[in-house]
Amino acid sequence: MNLALILFASIITSNIALTYFLGMCPFVSISKNIRVASGMGIAVTIVMTVTASANWLILNKVLIPMGLQYLQFLVFIITIATLVQIIEIFLDRFSPALYHAFGIFLPLITVNCAILGVSLFAMLRVYTFWQTVAFAFGSGIGWFLAIIAIGGLRKKLMFADPPENFGAAGITAILAGIMALAFIGFTGIASL
Amino acid sequence: MKEAAGLKVPQKGYRLFKTKNWTVFVEGLWHNNPIFGMILGLCSALAVTNLMANALVMSLAVIVILVVNSTIISILKSVIPERVRMIAYMLIVSTLVITVDLMLKIFVPDISRALGPYVALIITNCIIMGRAEAFAINNPVGLTVSDALGAGMGYGFSLMTIAFFRELTGFGSLFGFRVIPESMTPAALFSIPPGAFFALGTFILIINAIRRRRAQ
Repeated sequence: MNLALILFASIITSNIALTYFLGMCPFVSISKNIRVASGMGIAVTIVMTVTASANWLILNKVLIPMGLQYLQFLVFIITIATLVQIIEIFLDRFSPALYHAFGIFLPLITVNCAILGVSLFAMLRVYTFWQTVAFAFGSGIGWFLAIIAIGGLRKKLMFADPPENFGAAGITAILAGIMALAFIGFTGIASL
Repeated sequence: MKEAAGLKVPQKGYRLFKTKNWTVFVEGLWHNNPIFGMILGLCSALAVTNLMANALVMSLAVIVILVVNSTIISILKSVIPERVRMIAYMLIVSTLVITVDLMLKIFVPDISRALGPYVALIITNCIIMGRAEAFAINNPVGLTVSDALGAGMGYGFSLMTIAFFRELTGFGSLFGFRVIPESMTPAALFSIPPGAFFALGTFILIINAIRRRRAQ
């Protein structure tokens, strides 16, 4: 599939948060604050691109030639945990300001299902290396876009009066649903 | 163990209802239900609830993995070094997920394909990690099993309820059998992703209303 098409589809029509529901926990819990949400969004985009490419290389150059595909989940999660640590060490060494800005988010990303999910989707759809990179980068941007948008919508909620029983999580789900409808409206242009 | 509000513990009757195991079980099943109490594990709750069969298989997979994982961690709690416990949890849960995934591929290949990556994503499911870290690591094995069963069945209950309404409205069927008349068109909105969000939001609204009424 065309790289530009994959990039567009993964950002808008097949958005990782709104159509595959990945990375929902931070989506509900930290989207109250746009500044925090954008920090998380940038971190997710970087880590997603790096780990999906690394996992593609490991799967296709190491595991498949050796016939060890059944270990893929274990290897994927170890790769992600290791790479997150390495990125953390590099950031601490070369850009302490950025490192402190990310704070707790980098270690938390290890257990973010969106990161593992992108590696798994790339594997299930048998993408080539550059398709994987485009898909992972697009998904990261798409997640970033979705969490910023929901953060903005939740800010407006301060002036609204939804039923009390919804709670924070319920009303966020309804907002996300309305947003997902808007994103799905583009499906005719391109979808994965 | 705190006496949770609204929990009807009969003064007379079965002795089962007055044990600590039962309290822990009900705590996970209702008061601290993963989906509507603690808002954990939403990814799979939204993704696999379009059909009841998918939701059932997913719930069973999570219950099995949760119980076995918590039990292993509870048994090994004195052996696991504190600093690397997260990595230990991940290795244990990954191994279990690989086993369950292979079994699903063999016994229910169609549903395994429909679930796609969501079975593998149980590795990063917050419920598994949460129960391991919050309960299994510093409680005896017996209580841990009750806790894991409660949380797992609470997750299953939420998934099945959401899936019941999504399949009924979105496809007009239950477990694949058509139940509404052929002349009626199902509301396809509930079978596509935005419908999952609406169903979850409404589910949380209804449950909160019930809980509030029972607390009064």
